[in-house]
Amino acid sequence: MWHDIVLALAGGCLIGLAAGLFYLVNGRILGISGLAQSLLGRWPARASESVLFFAGLLVGALVLADPARSLALVPTPRLLFAGLLVGIGVRLANGCTSGHAVCGLARGARRSLAATAFFMASAALTVILVKVIGS
Amino acid sequence: MRSVVAVVAGLLFGAGLALSGMVDPAKVLGFLDITGAWDPSLGGVMAAAIPMTALFYYLGRRRGVSLSGSPLPEPPSKVIDARLIGGSIIFGIGWGLAGLCPGPAIADLALDGRVLPFVVAMAVGMILVKAIRRIPIIH
Repeated sequence: MWHDIVLALAGGCLIGLAAGLFYLVNGRILGISGLAQSLLGRWPARASESVLFFAGLLVGALVLADPARSLALVPTPRLLFAGLLVGIGVRLANGCTSGHAVCGLARGARRSLAATAFFMASAALTVILVKVIGS
Repeated sequence: MRSVVAVVAGLLFGAGLALSGMVDPAKVLGFLDITGAWDPSLGGVMAAAIPMTALFYYLGRRRGVSLSGSPLPEPPSKVIDARLIGGSIIFGIGWGLAGLCPGPAIADLALDGRVLPFVVAMAVGMILVKAIRRIPIIH
């Protein structure tokens, strides 16, 4: 447990460093859903930065991931449905865990506090419902 | 400089997701499962990331302009509307069903190709909202 907490804190520091540098140097909010949706459709100015960011994201994850650990993914039909809901939800809410729960809260945005409270509560409730219904 | 920072931010972000365990949907579901065998460790990610980010935001605001010379983002809007809340609830349901939010889902493409259906469906969801945004209640 303590081992996991230390890793989470260390990972959080790296994530904060990433969001901080992207703001201080590039003057941009590091929201994954925002960067992703900017690449769907006609590419805006600075799309190359988003592409470079995602390239780094994939390499960074690959370098530090535990190779012995395989991912436990839910079955594909549920994966598809969940992905659809996540895409719709973050587009409507204009942000996800990174944009609202990290960057938004770090700059004291009321909108982000509301968004974070609602998606955390809704996710926790969903996990309970899935257990009750028996997946 | 901007391009280098974009790559470095990606590397740091991906490394942070992998190191913390955010890339593992089972661990995320354990964090969300507050009535079961709750695993609160992932709370450490926000506990560290928010103050770290806030430090840079403070430095940026004091400077007034980004280091590359481009303007800093406008202060956030204060409007809390049905679109924000409804969207957050829908996002939370998807997050709770699969244990994946956008960042880890994309990072997982590098670790396990089986996550691809989620990422494709997520892109479809985003495009779908854009396509029907003419409906007044959603826009």
